[in-house]
Amino acid sequence: MKKTLFYAVLLLITIAAPYLFPDYGTQLATLWLMIIVALTWDMTGGQMGYNSLGNIFFYGTGMYVAALITIGMVHPIGEYTDASRSELMLFTEGQYFTGLIVGSLGAGLFCALSAVIIGYITFGLRGPYFAIGTLGVAIAAGELVSNWDWVGGGQGIQLPVYPGDLDTGKVVFYFLFAITGVALFIFLKWLYSTRFGAAINAIRDDEEKAEAMGIHTMRYKLTAWALSAFFVGVAGGISAFQLIHFEPLETAYQTINLGIFMVVCVLLGGKGTLWGPVVGAILFHVIKEVTWNYLLGWQWVALGALIVVTVVYFQDGIMGWLMHNKPEWFGMRVEKKEQEGTA
Amino acid sequence: MSTIIDVQDVTKSFGGVLANSDVSLQVERGGITGLIGPNGSGKTTLFNSVVGYHPIDSGSIHFEGQEISKLPVQKIARLGLLRTFQQTRIYGAMNCVENMLISMPHRKMTFLESFGRNTAEDRERAEMLLDFVGLYEKRWLRSGSLSFGQQKLLEFAMALMNEPTVLLLDEPTAGINPTLINGLIDRLKRANSDFGITLFIIEHNMRVIMNMADTIYCLAHGKLLAKGSPDEIQNDQRVIDAYLGAH
Amino acid sequence: MDQFLSNIGLLFEFPIVNLKIIIDGLMIGALFALAAYGLALVWGVMNVKNLAQGDFVIAGGYVAWYLSRHGMPPLLGVPVAFVVMWGVGWVVYRLVISRVIERDLFTSLLATFGLAIIMAQMLNLLFGSDTQSIQLDYDTLYFFDFIDIPIAKLLGVLMATALAVAVVLFMKKSRMGQAIRATSQDARAARVLGIDTEKVYSFTFSLNSAICGAAGAIIVMVWVIQPFYGITYSIRSFVIVTAAGLGNLPGVIAAGLGIGVAEQYGAHIFGIGYQQAIAVLLLLLVLVYRLVQQRRVRQSLK
Repeated sequence: MKKTLFYAVLLLITIAAPYLFPDYGTQLATLWLMIIVALTWDMTGGQMGYNSLGNIFFYGTGMYVAALITIGMVHPIGEYTDASRSELMLFTEGQYFTGLIVGSLGAGLFCALSAVIIGYITFGLRGPYFAIGTLGVAIAAGELVSNWDWVGGGQGIQLPVYPGDLDTGKVVFYFLFAITGVALFIFLKWLYSTRFGAAINAIRDDEEKAEAMGIHTMRYKLTAWALSAFFVGVAGGISAFQLIHFEPLETAYQTINLGIFMVVCVLLGGKGTLWGPVVGAILFHVIKEVTWNYLLGWQWVALGALIVVTVVYFQDGIMGWLMHNKPEWFGMRVEKKEQEGTA
Repeated sequence: MSTIIDVQDVTKSFGGVLANSDVSLQVERGGITGLIGPNGSGKTTLFNSVVGYHPIDSGSIHFEGQEISKLPVQKIARLGLLRTFQQTRIYGAMNCVENMLISMPHRKMTFLESFGRNTAEDRERAEMLLDFVGLYEKRWLRSGSLSFGQQKLLEFAMALMNEPTVLLLDEPTAGINPTLINGLIDRLKRANSDFGITLFIIEHNMRVIMNMADTIYCLAHGKLLAKGSPDEIQNDQRVIDAYLGAH
Repeated sequence: MDQFLSNIGLLFEFPIVNLKIIIDGLMIGALFALAAYGLALVWGVMNVKNLAQGDFVIAGGYVAWYLSRHGMPPLLGVPVAFVVMWGVGWVVYRLVISRVIERDLFTSLLATFGLAIIMAQMLNLLFGSDTQSIQLDYDTLYFFDFIDIPIAKLLGVLMATALAVAVVLFMKKSRMGQAIRATSQDARAARVLGIDTEKVYSFTFSLNSAICGAAGAIIVMVWVIQPFYGITYSIRSFVIVTAAGLGNLPGVIAAGLGIGVAEQYGAHIFGIGYQQAIAVLLLLLVLVYRLVQQRRVRQSLK
């Protein structure tokens, strides 16, 4: 009962937020983006023990796939991306929204597929090799795309502007991210309660034992990463339309921005918990938005310092800290010996 | 009885040190087979070869007629050949029931079934098996907080939960309180008779293995020294010499 | 595509071009090997995988560049960068590394990734984001009228070799070197035998940082540096160590030279724009190769 009320209030806040704070529409949308990438990072990093530094690959790929699908449905891509001419190529309202929906979902599916292919190779790598290997994939993708003229090369891609009132547009993008985020949260709440959830936890805690118990480790790892990549890809697709213009190295495959933010959010909030990434993302995003402009160019140094401090001193995160200090809040029965009539 | 694991002429060396040399042995379906030998005689190496921990140099290993010496660990485990570790491996951060539920036989599930939740029967079975090994009262404790002996029992219960065809046990009584050993022998025998699981056991404790096994193989210096019933092994001069270090 | 093919064709038409590429590759590869050796040292001794490795290299380069602009003879930059970066390494060890040694591997990886961001951004704030180099006014040697080897580059390679030889001798002969090697084999046993492993760790990390700094000071004389080039050097170091394996010095040297040559060929065929991509793709290639190797012995890469 209490729980239902809690969730109802949260949902209400989610719906009301863009109307309560109309000036912060874009920031609120970005907050949901952070929550999405943090939750998806935690699927493999926190729940399965595979710490990827390259999940940003799916974000960037999602952006490109969504944009290319949208453009490809209407115009020849090669001509469109030739920057000098894209101004002249127009989209109708119908084409825009079809592109937004089909493009984002297509981006998700493409990313899920590429996660299976990349994962088939990288999941043979354990621990640090996996982290470095996935980082390598993300960096390589950014570099290759920036040399690929057909998709706009280093200049990136220009998408059409939202057809209609721009303030309405902001609200629309907020809700697109929010719906994706809520759907993801509900999906994960269910997923972690299944045998699949238990199996990926087993992989995290002792993969060799899991293998020796006959768990289909590779299959589960690929599935988990593909599901995670799907949601990142969708979010990337929506981002592409929200940002209108994006380029490969700084926006799409932004290894040290969003690519590392998602890890920091999860660590701040607490790895391997459902609420940790959400709490961490909110906290991180608020801190970042409030302080960023006052740091006068030192914000990136501060970010690096935040990573180091979080990792070194506060690795269990907020949820981990709470679980350790307030176990009764989580219904943990740590020392219960007497149970109802022994059989 | 038919042969379920058939090891033929297996040779394995580690950088020049011959750990197993032309070892051949058979494990009978439904029986309890023992593997003994002095320290360093290559017992665990042979176990690891069977379950796929490392490649063998030559020879063949068949499980239910299928060649498995080139398969990786997880594929062999999925055939129903399970092992426990000499140093127990359990999920220390989870409680005993969670440990049991993680050990559900995933090889018997379809992909879609793995997205289901554990049913009431699954939980009942988990508690029944915890009761079987005597850990029922501790089932909600974090498994990492159990004593070494209890962790071994938990690992044994997890193996049973997995419904294996054959269970390979690496020194199941090592580190267990001597007063509990009789109980463990009894449980191993019941696992064999009641659940129909074929057992293949490495054991140092002679009393334990002589009490349980119907066939015993003895390794020494990586070679098969003797094979026979407990009585035959106990009276075999070569086995006695090997244990007393006569050569 | 045609461009790539004609570039490849050039290699066959004028075989002498190969020789030039190989010599260039070997010279730059020697510096990669130096940084990779430091990475392997830290990795082996304290099991810390340092993703900030390349940033120590670049930082060393900036030390030499900055001082030479203020009147210091350029060649002196190498020993000075060695000393300065020793100090930086010691501070970093005290503040960060000493707290992640006993932790799981992702902790050290992520902590050093954070460190890499801090270092690159500080260099950017201090020195700006332009590429920098030190121009040495030495002659250039010509062979066959076509192969030009600037004496400055030759000097750089010689200094790198001298540094490598000195470090190897130090590791073999000195008490500290022996203590480091003992710790890398079994830290607990070393502690039991009375080796102050804490001191060994801090020494090893400082030494690594100093080696990187010296390598950077050489690089700034023969190539260019830029605050954000660090990550590429880190990745190259990982490629080399992954390919060669830990504690395999000849392997590290061979892999370092090999990567240098491979990158030069890549730059020749695909153009300089692909340089970063090639370094990263080499990493993926090496990882996949090692993976296949491990699969064959029924293991995974850990």
